[in-house]
Amino acid sequence: MQKEAAIREPLILGHKTYHDITEDVCRPIEDKAPKMWYILFGIALIIGLYGVGCILYLLGTGVGVWGLNKTIGWAWDITNFVWWVGIGHAGTLISAVLLLFRQKWRMAINRSAEAMTIFAVFMAGLFPLIHMGRLWVGYWVLPLPNQFGSLWVNFNSPLLWDVFAISTYLSVSLVFWYIGLIPDFATIRDRAKKPLAKKMYSILSFGWSGRAKNWNRFELVSLVLAGLATPLVFSVHSIVSFDFATSVIPGWHTTIFPPYFVAGAVFSGFAMVQTLMLVMRKAMGLEAYIHTKHVEYMNVVIMVTGSIVGTAYITELFISWYSGVEYEAYAFLNRATGPYWWAYWSMMTCNVISPQLMWFRKLRRSLLFTFFISIVVNIGMWFERYVIIVTSIHRDYVPAAWSMHYPSHIDIGVYVGTIGLFFVFFLLFARFFPVLALNEVKTILKGSGQSYKESPDYHNHH
Amino acid sequence: MSDKVIYVMYDDDHILKDGAKKLVSNGVKISEVFSPFPIHGIDPIIGIKNTRLGIMAFLYGITGLTLATLGMRYFMVVDWPMNIGGKPNFTYLDNILAFVPVTFEFTVLCAAHGMAITYLLLNKTLPGMPAQNPDPRTTDDKFVMEIRLSENSNITEEDIDALLSDTGYFELDKKEVK
Repeated sequence: MQKEAAIREPLILGHKTYHDITEDVCRPIEDKAPKMWYILFGIALIIGLYGVGCILYLLGTGVGVWGLNKTIGWAWDITNFVWWVGIGHAGTLISAVLLLFRQKWRMAINRSAEAMTIFAVFMAGLFPLIHMGRLWVGYWVLPLPNQFGSLWVNFNSPLLWDVFAISTYLSVSLVFWYIGLIPDFATIRDRAKKPLAKKMYSILSFGWSGRAKNWNRFELVSLVLAGLATPLVFSVHSIVSFDFATSVIPGWHTTIFPPYFVAGAVFSGFAMVQTLMLVMRKAMGLEAYIHTKHVEYMNVVIMVTGSIVGTAYITELFISWYSGVEYEAYAFLNRATGPYWWAYWSMMTCNVISPQLMWFRKLRRSLLFTFFISIVVNIGMWFERYVIIVTSIHRDYVPAAWSMHYPSHIDIGVYVGTIGLFFVFFLLFARFFPVLALNEVKTILKGSGQSYKESPDYHNHH
Repeated sequence: MSDKVIYVMYDDDHILKDGAKKLVSNGVKISEVFSPFPIHGIDPIIGIKNTRLGIMAFLYGITGLTLATLGMRYFMVVDWPMNIGGKPNFTYLDNILAFVPVTFEFTVLCAAHGMAITYLLLNKTLPGMPAQNPDPRTTDDKFVMEIRLSENSNITEEDIDALLSDTGYFELDKKEVK
């Protein structure tokens, strides 16, 4: 049994037993879904289907339906792609990096954060696929033997690195998530009363029996997967940033991009986790497991990564002047004072100022305030990508080509649609899957449970 | 050959661990422990060796690294050296920096998936497999120790019962199996 300092806040509140944990997590799955779930699911489904409609229209008509022009060839599509990939960084960071650092508080949130990651990466992957125009030849991004002659994909291109990075990240995260889910599905299977549910969870649980040797392997596989996924988390957004950093466009051609993008991704990912978790803990009655301390820990991560992002913005600005390259200097001057000044200053306010408020203990422990800031951060991080992408290319070297980008209703429809689809997936997950790693949480009950920490023999046991 | 299996159920992981220690020190062989979560420290007591899956992951990773290197060398250097601005790719080594990201990703891909598949096969956990835990409560809050008489020929059933009686078990069940 692992001991921790007595003054450390317990991670599991109240007087829970192993059985209570099973009950608390399984009850929402076994009970009838509340009316609110149907309402939210209905709304998400309508928005999602609208997005699917827009995508079908785009595929039928061509990429011309987006608000792009000759100067601005990349706008909402790649902005949304990077935004979603960024959001998809929290889950694996929580379950992999925090596992290596032995952060026990991750156990309450890793399952749903990882689900969020996977769904966010689904949404991200959609954008590069649909921007090809011909979705059905999407497999051409793979180096497959073909009848076109010696035709291979270009391994020098960051866009191809992206294909490998995103697909590896998605599939490894999925496997990591599922391996953790297997024992929890077994718990639901062994409790299920209805034959259909029993059958379904029996298939999903792969016949898990919880033998000592299985657990021995389970622990090692989790550790090694965490070790593999940790550099993966950092590599994915580094490679996404190479899409810009390896080009020669002023405003993109910066060596600071990889660390700055990774910090930004973690920043926005944790914000999205907060948004979802604050609602979920309430709706599913999990306040004993995900409480103020967990929210505070996550807010500290938001504060730290937000500060890294802020430092990066200011460094970038300084270097654009200090480099002496007039084009570089103009790109940044134009960002702050040009026609897109409002996007730049929204980004600055949301991403640089708002996380600094987390220095106040009262604010970072306030659930309402956290919820508000988490939304603000996600808006800010969308603007960050928009500012980097659109303001850097809308005024290029030839003033006659200068242009503005106005999104078409298809641009907006596809983007809003992905948010709908994301919630469709997340709501289905919350309905049918154990949202808490319930068997993992049991392992910290005696070390970090409130009733155990308060018992007189906690510190002279064993 | 018929065999008799004793299933001893505990409602706490520490009580089971203490019980297992006592049984093993009296020469009883415990064939299996079923639990809802990993009981730390049970493996050496009941004689379970540490898994070597980590070594497998390393080997899968090396395979991925080799495949990525050979593949990219063939695509980019041998089959069609790409001429970018008059700087063709004559050797793999001269261009290795551009190949680092994909090499890394492919190594991780092979290591992770190779290990995951091996893990599922070794555990015999695959979609549609039947559950084998003796009691449905072992995935909730109960812990079961399995003792097979055929593996304990040096000790009588009565002696095992006597040893078990003061380990503080929750339930005891005996089954004849073929």
